[in-house]
This record gives sequence, C-alpha cells and structure tokens, in this order.
Amino acid sequence: MIRVLVPLALALVAALPLRAQVAVQEITSPGGIDAWLVEERSIPFVALELSFRGGAVLDPEGLEGVTSLMASMLSEGAGELDSRAFAARSEALATSFRFSAGQDTMTISASMLTENRDEAAALLRLALAEPRFDADALERLRARAISGARSDERNPSAIAGRAFAALFYDGHPYALRPDGTVESLGAITRDDLIAQRDRVMARDRLHVAAVGDIDAEELGALLDYLLGWLPETGAPLPRHAEAVLRPGLTVIDFDGPQSVVLFGHAGIARQDEDFLPAFVMMEAFGGGRFGTRLMREVRVARGLTYGIGAYLVSRTFGETVRGQFSTDNARVAEAIAAVRAEWARMAEAGLSEDELADIQTYLTGAYPLRFDGNANIAGILVGMQLQGLPADYMTYRNDLVDALTVDEIAAIAARVLDPEALHFVVVGRPVGLDTGN
Amino acid sequence: MPRFLRSLVAVIAFVCLALPAAALDPRAGVHGFTLDNGLEVVVIEDARSPAVTHMLWYRAGAADEPPGISGIAHFLEHLMFKGTDSRAPGEFSAIVEAQGGRDNAFTSWDYTAYFQRVAADRLGLMMELEADRMANLSFTDAEWLPERDVILEERGQVVESRAGSVFNEIMRAALFKNHRYGIPIIGWRHEMEGLTGDHAMDFYRAHYGPNNAVLVVAGGVTVDEVRALAEAHYGPIPPNPVVVPRNRPVEPPHLAERRIIREDARVAQPYVLRQYLAPARRPGDQREAAALVLLAELLGGSPRTSFFAEQLLFAEPALALSASAFYSPIWLDHGTFGLSIVPAEGVTLQEAEDAMDAAVADFLRAGVDPDRLEVIRARIRASEIYAMDDVQGRARRIGAAMTSGLTLEDELAWSEILMSVTADEVMEAAAGIFDRNRAVTGWLMAPGGDVAPRSTGPARVELPSEQVSQ
Repeated sequence: MIRVLVPLALALVAALPLRAQVAVQEITSPGGIDAWLVEERSIPFVALELSFRGGAVLDPEGLEGVTSLMASMLSEGAGELDSRAFAARSEALATSFRFSAGQDTMTISASMLTENRDEAAALLRLALAEPRFDADALERLRARAISGARSDERNPSAIAGRAFAALFYDGHPYALRPDGTVESLGAITRDDLIAQRDRVMARDRLHVAAVGDIDAEELGALLDYLLGWLPETGAPLPRHAEAVLRPGLTVIDFDGPQSVVLFGHAGIARQDEDFLPAFVMMEAFGGGRFGTRLMREVRVARGLTYGIGAYLVSRTFGETVRGQFSTDNARVAEAIAAVRAEWARMAEAGLSEDELADIQTYLTGAYPLRFDGNANIAGILVGMQLQGLPADYMTYRNDLVDALTVDEIAAIAARVLDPEALHFVVVGRPVGLDTGN
Repeated sequence: MPRFLRSLVAVIAFVCLALPAAALDPRAGVHGFTLDNGLEVVVIEDARSPAVTHMLWYRAGAADEPPGISGIAHFLEHLMFKGTDSRAPGEFSAIVEAQGGRDNAFTSWDYTAYFQRVAADRLGLMMELEADRMANLSFTDAEWLPERDVILEERGQVVESRAGSVFNEIMRAALFKNHRYGIPIIGWRHEMEGLTGDHAMDFYRAHYGPNNAVLVVAGGVTVDEVRALAEAHYGPIPPNPVVVPRNRPVEPPHLAERRIIREDARVAQPYVLRQYLAPARRPGDQREAAALVLLAELLGGSPRTSFFAEQLLFAEPALALSASAFYSPIWLDHGTFGLSIVPAEGVTLQEAEDAMDAAVADFLRAGVDPDRLEVIRARIRASEIYAMDDVQGRARRIGAAMTSGLTLEDELAWSEILMSVTADEVMEAAAGIFDRNRAVTGWLMAPGGDVAPRSTGPARVELPSEQVSQ
C-alpha cells in the first residue's frame, strides 16, 4: 500500500526544493582556537558547544565517575559566587549552561542572549576557570551520583551492559562505569576534582561549534576570552581498544520472570571508508523500530519479544556491533537461536532491492529532523568534528545514502556480521541454555 | 492542473501578517489565510529548517462531548488512526514512519490536534493523508472494540495508577459545578466502558471538517508552497454543514468554599493544592490574563527567587520542600489559577496551608518588588527569544490559541502584552483572584498521614494536566 502512494506524492514533492543546507564556516580565533560557525542572525542568541575529547576514559583507577562529578560541579559556584548565587546570576541573565561528561567527551552546552552576551560569557568563564568545588555542593552531588549507581546495581539492563563492556574491553577504561561505582564515588575528594579538571580540559583536545547571532570575529574574541587560559595539553588519551573476540554465552543470575539479553561482537570504525553502508545495513537490520528485519522475524513472526534492536556502536576509542532484547526466561534459548539465524542470513545475503529502497526513504527523511534549533545543530557540528567528518557533510549525506547498491550492502554485511563471533550476555533465570562455554 | 488553478483563484480571505523582518518580531515569517471551505491556515516560515511540522487542530475537545459518553473526543482521536475508505488501519502511522517522520495526536478540553514532523519535501504526502481522514474516516467493529480496551488501559495507567492524577480529577470535579471542564478528558471509567464506534462516528460527523479546523504548518517551507499544497489536498473537501459555533454551559456564581481530603495509601509525600476559578485570555482583551501570568511568576515561579521561595523554602526553619503558583491562560471558557505547597518534615498540612495563605496575604500587603518584576520581564523576553528557535513550540501555541477562542493576532500580540503589564495591573489581578469562595482546596495524604514524614525523594506535586496524548 505504501508503494501505491509514492508516485502520487512525487508530483507534489517536485515543487519543493530541499533547502536549508546548513552553511558552516571554519574559523580560527586570533589565539588559535578552531571552531565551526553557522551564522544565524534571525534570533538574537547564540548556542555554543564546547567538547573535550576524552571524558570518563580519563578517570584514574579507583576514581571512576570523577570526570562526570567534576563536570556537574562546574555549575555549583565559581569565584565569589556560591551555588545559589551562581544560579541566581544565571537566571537573571537568562542563560542556559549545561555541563556533562560521557565516556568519550566532556561537554559544555551554553546558550547566551546577544543583549547580555558579555555578562553571560563572564559567568561562563568564571565557571570554567574558577570553579569553587565547595564541600556542601560536592556532598549533595555525590549523594545523587551514589544513588544512581545503587539503582544501576539492581537494574538488569545496566548489569548486562557492564558485563558486556567488561568482556569486550577488559583492561581498557571502556570496561568501567563512566558515572562511577558506590565505592569509587565515595573515595573522590575535592583535590581529585581539581586534578581531573587539569587532565580533561586542555587545548589539544578541544572541539567547538557555535550557531546563532554572532560573526567570525566576535566568536574568535569570545573563544579566546572563554578558553584562552586553557593549558596546552592534558592527560594522555587512552589507546584504541581492541575488542577481543570472545564468542559464547555468559549468564548472570537475576530474579525475575524475564531475562535481558545483550549480544554482539567487534564492529567497524567511524573512520572506515565503508562505515556508511554498514550503518545503513544495520538500520534496516535492527534499527530499533517496527519494520526492521529483527523486529519482523523475532517479534512479529515469532512473538519472542516486545522489542529488539541491534546497532553499530562506533566510539572514539573502540567499536562493537551490539543488540538487545528482553524475553520470558522460558524462551531465551529460542530467541537467541532466532537472532543467530537472522545474523547469518544477513551476513550471507544482505538486503533485497525493496528493503534497501525502504531504508533509503526512511533515512533520508529522518536525517533533516535532527537539525532542529541552534543548540541541536551546534551539538551535531561538534559530533561531526569528533567523528572526523568534513564541515559540508550534511549537504551530500542523503545523496550518499541514496547511491548505495544492494551489492555494496551485501559486501559490508558479509564483512561486519559474523554469527560465529556473537557473544550473548543473559541477565535473568533462562531455561534450557547450554552454558558450556 | 485545472483544479489547482481554480483553487488558487478561489482563495477568498488572505491575510498576510508578515511585517518587515526585525529581530524578535513574533510576526516575522508568520502568515495566515483561509481556504474557501473555511479551513484556517497558519504558516510559520523558518528558512533554517530542513524539516516541517504539520498540525491539524479541530475546535472540538472533551468539553464538547454530549452527557453520558465522556471520553468520546479522546476515543475518536485514537480511532482516527484506524483507517479510511481507502487506507487500512495503522497505515497512516506506518507511512509516516517509513518516511523517517514522527506523528502523534492529543486531546484537550477545547481541542483535538494531530501532528507529524517530516522532511520538508514530504509535506504534500502528510496533507494527503490528513485530508483523507478529515473526510473519509472508516473503521469496523474489529478496530474500535479492542481500541476501547486500549483507552481503558490508558486510563488505568495514566490516571488510576497515580495518586496525584486521581486527586487532580477529584479537584476539578469539585471546582467546576456546571461546565464540562470538571469531567476528565479521558472520561469516567463507567462511561468509557459503554463507548461505541457509533458514538465516535457521531462526534466525528458533528465536529470534524475544514470549517472547524486550523492547519498550522511550520518549518522549512514558504507560504506559497503551503498554500498550493493546502488548496490541492484540503481545498476539495466541502464544509461540514452541521458544525455550529460552540456555546457551552458556563459556571454559575461560586458562593462557597470547597474542601477535599483525599486519603490514598500510595502517597509518600503529602501536599496541599488549591485551584481558583480564573479568567482566561479573551480575544482583544488579554491584559488581565497577562497580569495573572506575572502574578504566578512573582509569587511562585522560580524555586530560588520567587516570593514563596523566600517566605516558605528559605525560612528558618524551612516550612516547605516546595511551593509554587501556576496559571495557564489558554481556555475557551474558564481558566484556573493554582497554588501548591509540599510541607517540610514534621509540618502538618494545616500548618502548610496556613503558611501558604499567610505568604499570599504578605504578598498582597507588600506589593510588587520592582526589581523582581524587572528580572521576570527580562526572563519572559529571553524565553520569547529562545522560543523563536523552537518552531514546533510556536506552532503548538498558535494552534492551541486559535482553537480556544483567540485569533492569530491575539497570539502574536501576546508577548508584547506580557512585557507591558504594570505592577498595578498585577496587584489588581491579585486582589480579584484569591477568593476562597471561588476555589477548591485539597489535601492529598496517606490515610491519617497529614504530617510530612522525612523526605524520601524529590518533593513533587503532580500538576494538573491539560492534554491527553495518544
């Protein structure tokens, strides 16, 4: 039925040019800071995204969670301003500052009005350059982080994720929980926060994007003011993780009617020249929505689970292909067999012409929806820098997707997917699984 | 093609509200026009965006339901996804998803709205689908019977399983004595159990049609493109002849205070909620509502700098874990102004309520602090600036306003009116609103638990919701 509609729609589509190509300028500040800028004068504010490569992967051993805690502490008072005074000042200037850290990056997202940008920038500089790390704020945020870590200890999905990471990234920071554990969070001191700030925030790992009411010259001056004080280098970044192939099965006992199953094997790097066909193939195979291969075969045809997805997880320091589903304990074995069979079928035959056309329609339609608002666009631009993509990538990305052929998809499926290499982590009380290896 | 040309000529009322581009002008890029079948169209051009939001709003909501079948507006909203003369159940959403888009719908007391967000080059397809179900809805028993179980399940999940939601239902039923705003959008369970496909079809035939709808399109399209597409897809649908202007029963004078004590074993953190009957924004007459917005901000907007924060949260010893004031101004008939307080450990609900009333009395005596009013004005202006970056949010505000008795011009003038409200107007509105005879006060607590225990989590009041999503 969908096929009948498309020709009807085409006549109207032709009248609408696809516009709004985001025009990115690549600039360098007088002080030497590189940034991507989209000048967008229609609304008098600017969204700024500052990202430091190397986030929680730089946590010292025994202090897991320190980068994340340090990032949250940046908005808890700086200079003469304690936590409440800092918040009141930020409120009065109508700014929005967000400080966050993931495994690969620590990121500052700031929105500042044109009318008081100098004052807002002064407040942001204060937070970055002179954070107080006051004891009462530290205890408050530590308690919150510990409570998060505790609830993860009882969450079967989180348990499965940690076990999977430990198996594939043994000995690499990727094996650890980026937000820390109850023990590591309890051990963090104010001095650790100060030391971690010096390890994480440095010029040699900085990526910047700005979208909004600012020109190249103003942005250059702003960046030098905000970030000119940064040290040249921080802690050495970790080595690239070699995901060691460990096919097999790991069962972790957890009381409940259902099991959570996480599975995967080694993946493909974002910089690989065949990353895009691999991404398109996986979106059609397991993209986490109705209509994917895995949903059709495992949920719709066999009723083995409510939802199943599988994705490329291609990160800065390592890559896997990973999938997840939940099912009744009694049906885990059957569901795992179904996943293996689909994995093998995709590796052998790839996508049909129809499947490829459908996923091209979906992906080219979904792509523009991401470019929604200045702050989102700034975030996407920094993400592209981190992935090594050129600044004009979005202007031709949909063309690349549309140009893919079933042969290219079949070739990459055969290269990336390997049913024999799959490792399954099962958290629950599965019945009838052979746990021999 | 001939039909297309004729449609262009037939545009009878075209109002272009676009003024010369200026930063912060809420009119910039906004256009309104009406098709000859009565469909009002608003276009918000955002050349930055490669995506488009397509929203169709009907001037029909839960408060337009006939007695005895509460929930039918929302049930119909669900059934609108169950096919047309030429499309199968579920096909609508499947097509939107196949295009990489998102779709949803929501029902309020005053409106029902359907929306999709897709790449801008797929707008025509969305209009084709939406226009089809405006005129050709069709479903069988096999669709509506199981869907009734779905809405009953939804009621279980979003109302009955949450102590705060049940409490809000009780509060509204006590506040409104005559208006159907007192009946839940999702419906009373015993009436929902008797809803049928025929009831839904009757409601559809009585209220749905181009002459009772507002189309809002926002994003990377031009007004000319939207006009051409709207003419092609919606233009051929004839007006619905049975649609009549809404004229609902309104509230009689409220002469006595109402009080509710709701005991619910699921309540971990007791609280006090008060709802006053309040005016809403009126076409061409929005200053009182604007003053109430500022009053709510000054009194209990920010958890750090509001009057309540100062008097109740940072007092020594602290009387409350949270205290707030809230007002929503977009209603066809009556608005509500609310106050809430979550007592600190060891404080009773009576003490908390008294402290809240004392703080209101202090505010009425002290008047508006001009510095604070300036900060709030600055924040309102800033939120207007940030809102310009959120084209979906603007589309939503315009749609809600235009299906709640306001015009496009009222909505576009709103931020200027908010900014120009004076301290005297705020105090005048305050003097009129706090009449306990026009209010209901509710205590939500565990059985016998009117003293706040040691806090076990965030101090949260479940705020009254104005929409039920699909």
